[in-house]
Amino acid sequence: MAVAHEIRGLGHSVRRKEDARFIRGKGNYVEDISLPGMLHLELLRSPVAHARIVSIDTSRAEALPGVVAVVTGELMAQHSLAWMPTLSGDTQAVLATDKVRFQGQEIAAVVAESAYIAKDALELIDVEYDLLPAVTSPQQALEPAAPLIRDDKEGQESNHIYDWEAGDKEATEKALAEADKIVELETFYPRCHPAPLECCGCVADVNPATGKATIYMTSQAPHAHRTLFALVAGLPEHQIRIVSPDIGGGFGNKVPIYPGYVVATAASLLIGRPVKWIEDRTGNLISTGFARDYHMKGELALKDGKMTGLRVNLLSDNGAFFADAQPTKFKAGLFHIVTGSYDIPAAHVVTKGAYTNKAPGGVAYRCSFRVTEASYLIERLVQTAAYELGVDPVELRMKNFVQPEQMPYESATGFLYDSGDYPAAMNLALEKLGYDELRSEQAAAREEGRLLGIGVAFFTEVVGAGHGKEYDIAGLRMFDSAELRVHPTGKAILKLGVRSQGQGHETTFGQIIAHELGIPYEDVEVQEGDTDNTPYGLGTYASRSTPVAGAAASMISRELREKARKIAGHLLEVSEDDLEWETGRFFVKGSPDRAVTIQDIAFAAYTNLPDGLQAGLEGVHYYDPPNMTFPYGAYAVVVEIDRGTGEWRVQRMVAVDDCGVRINPMIVEGQIMGGLTEGYGIAAMELITFDDDGNCIGSTFMDYLLPTAWETPVFELGETSVPSPHHPLGAKGVGESATVGSPAAYVNAVIDALAHAGVRNIDMPVTSDKVWHALAEVGLAE
Amino acid sequence: MVTNDTIGPRGRRSNRRFRERGGVSVYPATFEYFAPTSVDEALDTLERFGDEAKVLAGGQSLIPLMKLRIAAPSALVDIGRIDGLDALEERDGRLEIGALVTHADCEKSDLLRGRYGVLGATAPLVSDPIVRNRGTVCGSVAHADPQGDWGSALLALGAEVVAQGPDGERAIPLEDFCSGPFMTALEPAEIVTSIRTADPGPRAGGTYLKLERKVGDFATVGVAVHVSLDNGTIGRAGIALTGVGPTNVKATAAEDALAGAAPDDDAIAEAARLAAEAAQPLDDVRGSAEYKRNVVRVYTERGLRTAIAAAQS
Ligand SMILES: Cc1cc2nc3c(=O)[nH]c(=O)nc-3n(C[C@H](O)[C@H](O)[C@H](O)COP(=O)(O)OP(=O)(O)OC[C@H]3O[C@@H](n4cnc5c(N)ncnc54)[C@H](O)[C@@H]3O)c2cc1C
Repeated sequence: MAVAHEIRGLGHSVRRKEDARFIRGKGNYVEDISLPGMLHLELLRSPVAHARIVSIDTSRAEALPGVVAVVTGELMAQHSLAWMPTLSGDTQAVLATDKVRFQGQEIAAVVAESAYIAKDALELIDVEYDLLPAVTSPQQALEPAAPLIRDDKEGQESNHIYDWEAGDKEATEKALAEADKIVELETFYPRCHPAPLECCGCVADVNPATGKATIYMTSQAPHAHRTLFALVAGLPEHQIRIVSPDIGGGFGNKVPIYPGYVVATAASLLIGRPVKWIEDRTGNLISTGFARDYHMKGELALKDGKMTGLRVNLLSDNGAFFADAQPTKFKAGLFHIVTGSYDIPAAHVVTKGAYTNKAPGGVAYRCSFRVTEASYLIERLVQTAAYELGVDPVELRMKNFVQPEQMPYESATGFLYDSGDYPAAMNLALEKLGYDELRSEQAAAREEGRLLGIGVAFFTEVVGAGHGKEYDIAGLRMFDSAELRVHPTGKAILKLGVRSQGQGHETTFGQIIAHELGIPYEDVEVQEGDTDNTPYGLGTYASRSTPVAGAAASMISRELREKARKIAGHLLEVSEDDLEWETGRFFVKGSPDRAVTIQDIAFAAYTNLPDGLQAGLEGVHYYDPPNMTFPYGAYAVVVEIDRGTGEWRVQRMVAVDDCGVRINPMIVEGQIMGGLTEGYGIAAMELITFDDDGNCIGSTFMDYLLPTAWETPVFELGETSVPSPHHPLGAKGVGESATVGSPAAYVNAVIDALAHAGVRNIDMPVTSDKVWHALAEVGLAE
Repeated sequence: MVTNDTIGPRGRRSNRRFRERGGVSVYPATFEYFAPTSVDEALDTLERFGDEAKVLAGGQSLIPLMKLRIAAPSALVDIGRIDGLDALEERDGRLEIGALVTHADCEKSDLLRGRYGVLGATAPLVSDPIVRNRGTVCGSVAHADPQGDWGSALLALGAEVVAQGPDGERAIPLEDFCSGPFMTALEPAEIVTSIRTADPGPRAGGTYLKLERKVGDFATVGVAVHVSLDNGTIGRAGIALTGVGPTNVKATAAEDALAGAAPDDDAIAEAARLAAEAAQPLDDVRGSAEYKRNVVRVYTERGLRTAIAAAQS
């Protein structure tokens, strides 16, 4: 269709509209915002992990010229703001009053005429601490004699937070009892950090005359944040405007509300001037939402090579405050997707959470609420099972996949997989890789004393929450919205409740409108992030923008198309029923020349309406999805290990993804490559760890390592496409697939090189040091 | 009782300041800035401020330290506008590296191949292109980071530091220059004007092997090897280690064992064993001491093979 090419709807790899401004340095990030009379806020953070605060003396700091105010927890307490609720129903200190509970915790804030002065003043605040022993692991936290971290909470007598379970205990025990083989794997998914290149920050501007609070902030969920601000600070919601301007990466890190936002807003309210807070890198790494930190044990029951049951025990390190960002009813997020891509009739997941003296906020780092941990565990466990059974890891997977004809498939833990053809994706990956030849190459290399490894991981994700009945954040149902206004000249503006942080919404959503209404995507302005002029939504994370807001954009387009049909009938002087739609125009059935374009119709909507029809061509749709979507993929990695240093180099990385219908394939591939890179970083180097005193190691980019272009493997991408049956466009969400699926593939590859010698596990990050120790243990070191 | 100020430095450098002051910073403390156009003028300013002043060369170590407020000099003396400090040339069979010669200059220079191969192999392994474009070899040596790469390369080849102060010029053998981590024999009012290497020998080769966690990282382990041949046997061997001691470590016993030996597998294996013995590694996030010591052995072996082959060709 010639016209389809011009309007460039689904399937067109058009360049990203937003890049023109980003590439030219014309973006508008929070740090770019400068208001008249603006002050600067810097936070004093705790140097120790656990201590009672004896005294805080701010007098020297207050005396420094240029300092306007020093805010302490005591002052915040006078306004009932020393503590705030978390997204998991716990409380978190805004500024510490009684104790500090992790290194980097916010203690006080200086508001000054410049950031330099504020930094100077921080050094003049004298805090006396009474040191307490630090708790640095959940195992230690749950020992009876462990120091009590949350003595602020009434009735809290230990560091235990919650127990949560999913699945069927009895059925799983039965499967284990009847198995002819039980394969176990204990592995730790370490604490890592989303580390967006833009740290968090805000400019809070409370107008002393009107009382209106405008808060420019790095937010992935501005509407939800507005409501939470209203509930927490007691400000009337119509007097709060959150503006989330251009965002330099979020990856889950910008879902929670952090003390800096709250203190800056309180300071602006009290002082009557705008206050800017921009977090530095260390602040971001040591205090904001980390990810993972899950101790996992999996037991897989097998009978005749078929998986019959899966039991999982989890111990979660939640840090000092339980601040996981996740749907309210699910303490371990959506971890119970852990049966993955396999038809396992029985499964049982038991989780325990514990407080430790570490930063709070287990966010879903580029993942749909703990799906990454689940995917990692099952794919490592299946690989282990293959070695234990002496069968090829791919063969074992093929034998146990949920088959296409079983879709929609209800898993043992209660998810309804919407669609998929797993064997097809697996086969495509094997073909691209040349799997069988590689296995022979591996054997030949081993003869020469070289260690090659071929790792496979096959993931199934659950993304795109809600539906709202089951999934909510702090009570807010996880729907999303789209408001479309078509102007008289046929151009349009689309306003959404989600917020792009680099995902290319301005392009992708324009293409959805192009597909549905035939308005060229260049003619569609996409707006997000300003709560005063966009419809309510829950925000962008958990791969939900296209599944939910994308569906809303489709639906509102279709509603407007029905109105357009009425106008077209009026213009063409025929009955609506005689009209046929083809992208961009209505024509009279049987005479395609008698037609009006969507642009003609838009003009008529304001100039020439049939009687009884309201003017205008606009509307809003709130979409509550009937189910999640279940993207999946087959990833394969080839590595070679240096037996002298333990270094491993990726030689090949093949990634076949199925995310249903691809709206802009280039953007989809970009998302996949980014995720594969982050997955590599997590597998190879990213680590937030702590010494026994609770000092955070990983507090700068010299210690928290991110892969550069040099380390990043070359990716060979492939695609299959089974459309989601319930999404209006058949799309499934892809933002997180590769981060979720790839770590296991990299680790499986390293293990595969050593499996013949009996090595079964190396915890991430798989550093050369750990590999060398494994080599040495089995006598393979040079 | 402890306070924000008294919590002592423990552990890694990036975290130390944080523990001392309850925060790190991207904003340096206040300082004065000077840009002299001659060495004499620079020395005058340095004398005036005493140990409150710091020489600024490429700024790739000093500026990060100032931003973290680990360093807070009250004056910076930028030597970047002084003429005549940018020479990279061979004089009388020895290489002269001026104070303003950058890592990138070395990376591009043809002089640093062949006999100066240990230097040529080092240049592209120092950090990343951004740091290499600005950072200087002399600045790296003056900074005396035990994880600095140039210190090992220059120790292996043999070098002296040429410094100018109020009392004139002096040459300090590199072995005597570093006294500990970030500590040197330099006086506050002295400027390193150049580094002068030893004569590498007529038939010589060398290399540098560096284990890093990613590009731009400091060495987990680095091994610099220089070998000169004398009628088919090893004349002089230089071996120095990065990241496994309080300074760059010269593996003297390994060097001595190689001098006069035939360049065969046994000699190489023995030297590698001795080099590993000379290492003083610590357990840290980069790896265990045992692991690092093994890498020293592996790299010394591999480095010697490469260096000998280069000298033979
Ligand atoms: C991200 C990053 C990664 C790095 N990775 C590595 C690495 O892998 N390997 C490595 O070896 N280095 C690394 N470095 C350090 C880098 O090599 C520096 O360039 C070098 O250490 C210092 O050189 P400079 O010219 O930048 O010195 P500056 O930063 O200007 O000065 C450093 C110190 O030396 C003094 N000084 C400098 N020049 C003179 C002089 N002529 N006379 C007297 N005193 C002087 C200064 O007063 C200061 O105390 C890294 C740096 C960064 C920022």
